[in-house]
Amino acid sequence: MIYLDNAATTRTAPEVVEAMIPFFTEMYGNPSAIYSLGSAGKKAINEARRTIAGAIGAKPEEIYFTAGGTEADNWAVKAAAESRSGKGKHIITTKIEHHAVLHSCAYLEKSGYEVTYLDVDGDGLVDTRALKEAVRPDTILISVMFANNEIGTIEPIREIGAIAREHGILFHTDAVQAFGQVPIDVEEMNIDMLSASAHKLNGPKGTGMLYIRSDVKIRSFVHGGAQERNRRAGTENVPGIVGFAAAVRRAQRIMEEKARKERELRDYLIGRIEREIPYCRLNGHREKRLPGNVNISFCFIEGESLLIMLDMRGVCASSGSACTSGSLDPSHVLLAIGLKHEEAHGSLRMTLSEENTKEELDQVVGHLKEIVQRLRDMSPLYEDFMKSRRDRT
Amino acid sequence: MYSEKVMDHFQNPRNMGEIEDASGVGTVGNAKCGDIMRIFLDIDEDGIIREARFKTFGCGAAVATSSMATELVKGKTVQEALQVTNKAVMEALDGLPPAKVHCSLLAEEAIHAALWDYAQKQGIAIQGLEKPKADIHDEDSE
Ligand SMILES: Cc1ncc(COP(=O)(O)O)c(C=O)c1O
Repeated sequence: MIYLDNAATTRTAPEVVEAMIPFFTEMYGNPSAIYSLGSAGKKAINEARRTIAGAIGAKPEEIYFTAGGTEADNWAVKAAAESRSGKGKHIITTKIEHHAVLHSCAYLEKSGYEVTYLDVDGDGLVDTRALKEAVRPDTILISVMFANNEIGTIEPIREIGAIAREHGILFHTDAVQAFGQVPIDVEEMNIDMLSASAHKLNGPKGTGMLYIRSDVKIRSFVHGGAQERNRRAGTENVPGIVGFAAAVRRAQRIMEEKARKERELRDYLIGRIEREIPYCRLNGHREKRLPGNVNISFCFIEGESLLIMLDMRGVCASSGSACTSGSLDPSHVLLAIGLKHEEAHGSLRMTLSEENTKEELDQVVGHLKEIVQRLRDMSPLYEDFMKSRRDRT
Repeated sequence: MYSEKVMDHFQNPRNMGEIEDASGVGTVGNAKCGDIMRIFLDIDEDGIIREARFKTFGCGAAVATSSMATELVKGKTVQEALQVTNKAVMEALDGLPPAKVHCSLLAEEAIHAALWDYAQKQGIAIQGLEKPKADIHDEDSE
């Protein structure tokens, strides 16, 4: 099997699993308990908090553990909006956010908030001038993702943070795809809130965190016990949190080497496809992009067919086609960067890890050449295109 | 998510390709929704479908339903082919996931569109055949 879907989720690293196991089998006590079986968990959580805070230049008490990236996004967007509603009810975000942010915004719109969804350019970049122009006196929150999960484009977060700071507006960034892949510093980048998720960096699923700057007062998201400084109730997912921290330690340790390796593999794969398969286009920014992200549209074919055929050859990847999303429309991200519907349907996302090899990618290119040709031979769009080309010459 | 039959027809599509100078050709669907089917029919003087071929842009179910629809109409009379409904196509494939039922409707529509084209070319009317909608997704998306 060749796994090229690391933006969807990653393999839990062996050292992460190893770190977690004792907290299932031996140190299973409730961290709120007085006895030492519980305090072992509490100690581990605090240590994890320090590790993760250190990775983004935050203070430990600014890290709140959640059950994943989706919860962190929901918390940040909804609670920030509510806590600032005295000042105004206007939110600025982008058209390419993850649904965890977009649907939270849609929810707020139903209760009287106004949301501006910024356009992005053909590479998926937010225009900071357009952002400045969108700012109003009643703007209370800017939420822009650090890096996009589909096309890998990395946004100008530092500039956006500066704009937010200048206008006294809260700034949240969904860094689920970026955390652990590229350096992040919440101080330098003026980030007030940041969402991250463990399973995107070889940690366990269902564990994430929201960084909330200490001077930002927003309501708790889950009400109940006094866990997470009264802001996120519920007995802590101790093994998950320990695993998250182990994954962050690993990511910090290997970040440079991993990024270098992935970039090399990424550019090799993109280069071969562009040279050897006609009628395709790279989606997303060529340089300002996550090290492991490859997203290519193959004209005249549809993504689900492509994915099934790749799966039959042992290759795991994903697509922005409507047929794989269960909705009628293809990916909102691909439409936002200006792709025609049929180009969006024919998109293929391959997200690499440092464990992939050139030999694997050579195999994948071989499969792709064969599959794309096969599907084009089947496609009435390709037939029409070839006929019109013949007629012209 | 797909039945074995669907996977078989996807992997080994029957009757894939074109028919030159076909008696009737029908194209339905649109790229916006991600499926386009084109069906070619070769119909003899007795009104029997001698050959049926298809070209499809779309998901696994779109390919499999096109393949099955061409299989089902081959050797049939025009009247019999009209009776090949989307349900018949689905049953022959041992079912489709709910989100993919529209592919079988598209296949039925493509057959009808090809028969309509045949009738137009022959200058005849086929009883029970109405002018196909240009795009069956128009009403779905509203
Ligand atoms: C950009 C982005 N935000 C949020 C999420 C949701 O994270 P989780 O799966 O941890 O809920 C994901 C992952 O699917 C993502 O890629």
